[in-house]
Amino acid sequence: METENKSIRRDALEKLFSQWLAGGKRILAPKKIGDKIDFAAVTSLAEVSRDHVQTVQSPKTSVFPRVEELFSFKSSDGRVQIRERNGASLGETVVFGLRPCDAAAYASLAAIFTWDNPDSLFSARLAKTTVIGVSCARADEYCFCTAVGGGPGATAGSDILLTDLGSGEYLAEIVSEKGRQTVQATPGQFLPAAGKEKENRLAKVDPAFALDKIAPALAVLFDDAAFWEEQSRRCLGCGACAYVCPTCACFDIQDEGGVSGQRLRCWDSCGFSLFTLHTSGHNPRALQSQRWRQRLMHKFAYMPERQQVLGCVGCGRCSRACPVDMNILEHLRAIAEAKP
Amino acid sequence: METLRDKARELLAARTVQVIIGYGQGSGGGARAVFVREAADADALIFNEACRQNLAVYLMKPEVRKLGKAALVATPSALRTILQLAAENQVGDHDLLALAVHAAGEVTLLATLQAIEAHVTELDADLSAAEKAELRKYEALSLEQRREYWQEQFSRCLKCYACRAACPLCYCSRCTVECNQPQWIPVPAHDLGNLEWNVMRAMHLAGRCVNCGDCSRACPVAIPLYLLNQKLISDVFANFNARSGMAAKTDNAMSIFKPDDSEDFIR
Amino acid sequence: MSDFNPKIVAFVCNWCTYAGADLTGTSRMKYSPQVSIIRFPCTGRIDFMLLLKAFANGADGIIVSGCHPNDCHYSSGNFHARRRWIVFRGLLDFLGIDVRRVRFSWVSAAEGAKWAQLVNDTAEHVRQLGPFSGYHRLRGLGVG
Repeated sequence: METENKSIRRDALEKLFSQWLAGGKRILAPKKIGDKIDFAAVTSLAEVSRDHVQTVQSPKTSVFPRVEELFSFKSSDGRVQIRERNGASLGETVVFGLRPCDAAAYASLAAIFTWDNPDSLFSARLAKTTVIGVSCARADEYCFCTAVGGGPGATAGSDILLTDLGSGEYLAEIVSEKGRQTVQATPGQFLPAAGKEKENRLAKVDPAFALDKIAPALAVLFDDAAFWEEQSRRCLGCGACAYVCPTCACFDIQDEGGVSGQRLRCWDSCGFSLFTLHTSGHNPRALQSQRWRQRLMHKFAYMPERQQVLGCVGCGRCSRACPVDMNILEHLRAIAEAKP
Repeated sequence: METLRDKARELLAARTVQVIIGYGQGSGGGARAVFVREAADADALIFNEACRQNLAVYLMKPEVRKLGKAALVATPSALRTILQLAAENQVGDHDLLALAVHAAGEVTLLATLQAIEAHVTELDADLSAAEKAELRKYEALSLEQRREYWQEQFSRCLKCYACRAACPLCYCSRCTVECNQPQWIPVPAHDLGNLEWNVMRAMHLAGRCVNCGDCSRACPVAIPLYLLNQKLISDVFANFNARSGMAAKTDNAMSIFKPDDSEDFIR
Repeated sequence: MSDFNPKIVAFVCNWCTYAGADLTGTSRMKYSPQVSIIRFPCTGRIDFMLLLKAFANGADGIIVSGCHPNDCHYSSGNFHARRRWIVFRGLLDFLGIDVRRVRFSWVSAAEGAKWAQLVNDTAEHVRQLGPFSGYHRLRGLGVG
């Protein structure tokens, strides 16, 4: 579907919010929580933060919740009843105010969750999520979307992309069929674009490194243990980077309860020492340097090779959240410039 | 700063240590941990207000230990951490020496645990007046207010374990949460599991935490973990007159007892 | 609230309190049936997390009881437990978890009457406090 340009005023956006809420939709948007800005359920446009570069966490929780029930079980009289989660019972969500990088991340998540074994819960959630992005007027030193095929005004992954034109008006690019349906469901709110443009409203982000150098360099550097040890020496092996990341999809499955209970899916991180620990006791990635290497290989080599999509959108969250300033961008630059 | 770099160069050139664990320039004008192994690289070392991370956490990492004897650029918290680790038989004189840094830029070489102890005795290791005041503020809330406050805080917990990873005293090679027969602490980051995790970690640090604050700084969602630790530091001192990180050979407050410990809550 | 029958879980040591509870029974003293007794070798063995697990599994009140100081079958288990409880109580209270729902006691093997009194008192006290719904409803929160 070809992108259609429209415009919308802030007060019309407020009406959209009311309509969505009245229709029982949940709205997830960047909101001030203490000193941080993060995605949370909001009930008005006024609650949505506007003066941030990026939120702490990504909105991936809309399709890949932090904790998700897969099914519940109850045993009685020697028999076990299982009640599976039904995608039909899920509510609708509007993710509002995410950045173009976050919107692009849905494709990376979908590549994994609909790969060889389609995940019905993920697909149901994705189908029930409307993605309304906001382009970036500002970037910071941690952003590198343009190096990985994205940009401050990129529309990929958004159903509608808004750009703040000032004086309470937004350019609204209607990107997808779902976007078109959103416009149709709210007659009179979206107006003709009348030649409005976003280019001079976007941040300038020069590509930080040459992406096509990364995968080949990684292949050459793979066995250079000293290189990975140097890079990862200060890494503490926590899960902050994986959890704030919009494309990280690793999960654990835990059964909780006894006679009755639930099977839950929850986030996991390749950085944890336990991640590849076998029950035999052998751990193919016993060193943090191997786990750090894996993180980069997975995002920049394995995923492109197998799913034809990058596992990174350059949002920079991992670097901002990292307690020891691992700064993935720095490491990627070092890899791109490494002499074989 | 030059004194720090000079001392580092000296130590490395003489092979007194194999690595200097210190601070270097980080992103956004901040600082980050650096591991200097050659005298020529000592210029990477800095010390300023951005240098707050408790670098003692690296003393327990196998990847760093294998580099050899280390000199740690040590804030007061890091010095107390070294003593606490020594009291728990995790480090000895042969493992390290400390380069105690002062705000003014002076550096004091503390070559033995005994020297570190003598140095630490001069420090005011108590909670500051501001910290005590903040603690009292939370203690003064009603039961329901406290319950609501902490439920909201823990609901944000991601179970990323950044707090555990950043804490030098959480050095167990197999943490309780990694025991799954039974799965004692729930893995998923639901409200109940988050409460259990944070309570357990606070209790495992009772009598041990040196109040470096790294857990709170590491938390991506800004949960004020320091409040839990400071509460226990305050209670352990009030009840047992014990303070962690002051001596290289001492018992852990929670491993010993006194016949006259308080009983006023026991029927 | 008068219809409410509180669930009380009692963590007791084998050598003193459990034996004491036995004595209560053989003496034909009646006490509240609300209590479920869990036997430990010693109070020193009681992991503080067990108290939270009991609440999470539906307990409204908890009793923790063992040998009097100096009478511990293992010499000092109860002393270690005492220190642990001092700190744990303070933490629970700080977090807004109602420590009035947790009763600590020393009950010896000879104190059958004290056991009955303790259980009845606690059951009545917790009945007044009501179900511990503030804690029970944590289960399921944060699950998508």
